[in-house]
Amino acid sequence: MSRYFTEDHEWIDVDGDVGTVGISDYAQGQLGDIVFVDVPEAGKSLAKGDEAAVVESVKAASDVYSPVSGSVIEGNAALADEPGLVNTDPEGEGWFFKLTLSDASQLDGLMDETAYQAFVAKL
Amino acid sequence: MSDHDDEDVIIETMTLPLDGWHRAHGGRMVEFAGYWMPVQFEGIMAEHLWTRESAGLFDVSHMGQITFRGEGLVPALEAMMPADIAGLALNRARYSLLLDEGGGILDDLMLTRLPADEDGERIYMVVNGATKYDDIAHMLDHLPDDITLNLMEDHALLALQGPKAVDALVRLVPGVDALVFMQAAPFTWQGHNLWISRSGYTGEDGFEISIPAEGVEAFADALLEQPEVKPIGLGARDSLRLEAGLPLYGHDLSPEITPVMAELGFALFKRRREEGGFPGAERILAERENGPITKRVGLLVEGRQPVREGATVLDEDGSTVGSVTSGGFAPSVGAPIAMAYVPLAMATPGTRIQLSQRGKVHAATVTSMPFVPHRYVRGAK
Repeated sequence: MSRYFTEDHEWIDVDGDVGTVGISDYAQGQLGDIVFVDVPEAGKSLAKGDEAAVVESVKAASDVYSPVSGSVIEGNAALADEPGLVNTDPEGEGWFFKLTLSDASQLDGLMDETAYQAFVAKL
Repeated sequence: MSDHDDEDVIIETMTLPLDGWHRAHGGRMVEFAGYWMPVQFEGIMAEHLWTRESAGLFDVSHMGQITFRGEGLVPALEAMMPADIAGLALNRARYSLLLDEGGGILDDLMLTRLPADEDGERIYMVVNGATKYDDIAHMLDHLPDDITLNLMEDHALLALQGPKAVDALVRLVPGVDALVFMQAAPFTWQGHNLWISRSGYTGEDGFEISIPAEGVEAFADALLEQPEVKPIGLGARDSLRLEAGLPLYGHDLSPEITPVMAELGFALFKRRREEGGFPGAERILAERENGPITKRVGLLVEGRQPVREGATVLDEDGSTVGSVTSGGFAPSVGAPIAMAYVPLAMATPGTRIQLSQRGKVHAATVTSMPFVPHRYVRGAK
């Protein structure tokens, strides 16, 4: 399984043609206390860069973009009752949604973990 | 991220006396009211809850501290606002509103009667940071020439808020526990002159402390050494005042809003209502008699998603009839809350209304404020 990151601080784990998407630890730290997450429903078709989810902290609302194109398999239902999972385990239990990738070549434009850490270090 | 390309004039963001102190204590600095200020330290939720249960230290030095002196000061100030200043006892503070000719709110403020000296009456006033220069220009236009006004830019202003604020502060400044809500007095700490009032904007007991800028860092250190005290940023200040039902100027109050629309009728003192003689008196007194077209209400929002400033209020047909002026997740309530202006017919507590935000409709119920009870320490009458 490989993990990729976007410049908008989403991550995607890819296993076969299934991707799991969330926001990075850096992003949750910038947002602060997460109080609400709106995840996409199964069956929703997303193009790369589409607004896929909304995450709200005490302070503000932010959009989460789909790192790749695909069809949503599942949103993380646990976030409805426990949005704080995004703070406590952003790159694990706090995942947002899973999707079937329609074009795996889109992953080529994303950063790996090392490149993303270097990217964040410059912010 | 947006930048300043569309602005004709770039105004340099200013720093406050505690700027380095905030950064050293992990404050995340943002631009606010023209100054760099901390929006949070350990996190808005934790800071909010800490203030409700212990004591939070806020830097509010961006606010305008102004002293006035001169003969005829009291009637001159009364001509600009609806407070009964003549009836204000020595060292007592009052909330008031600077009004324009039409009764619209130019700013909300606190004023305190100081002992008179050889130059006449003296008043200490605290106004909002973002409006202080406009306020001063307005007041200079309206005050007689022999009244002088001094913006105390060499002073910092701290707020220590929460049920344990008194325990922490009394260790450093003996005697502050004798003050009651909206009472003020001079004190000293390590040679620095302090002006302390028992007041604040969180709904909790607490104090606001004016101190010369050169002493504020050592004083903030001494406060932070008290086990009850943690530094608190602007984020929690906003969620605390929202839960306390207190309006924020520039959001819930503006020149388009009158005191009656804002549900600040308590600021219209009886003698002033009877005598008139404040800006917009005719309109304001008529609104008070007949009811305003629209008024500020509290809203409990269903679900978990915050509904924020800019969301619209819909009537049964889906037409826009009002707007949300403040809103967010309320840590002590555990749910999203908001303030909005709605037509009078929709303003009764218990009324169910609909809000629209980014294409999504949210249900809400009008509720009386505050959302969290005030815990001021009032004196025996």
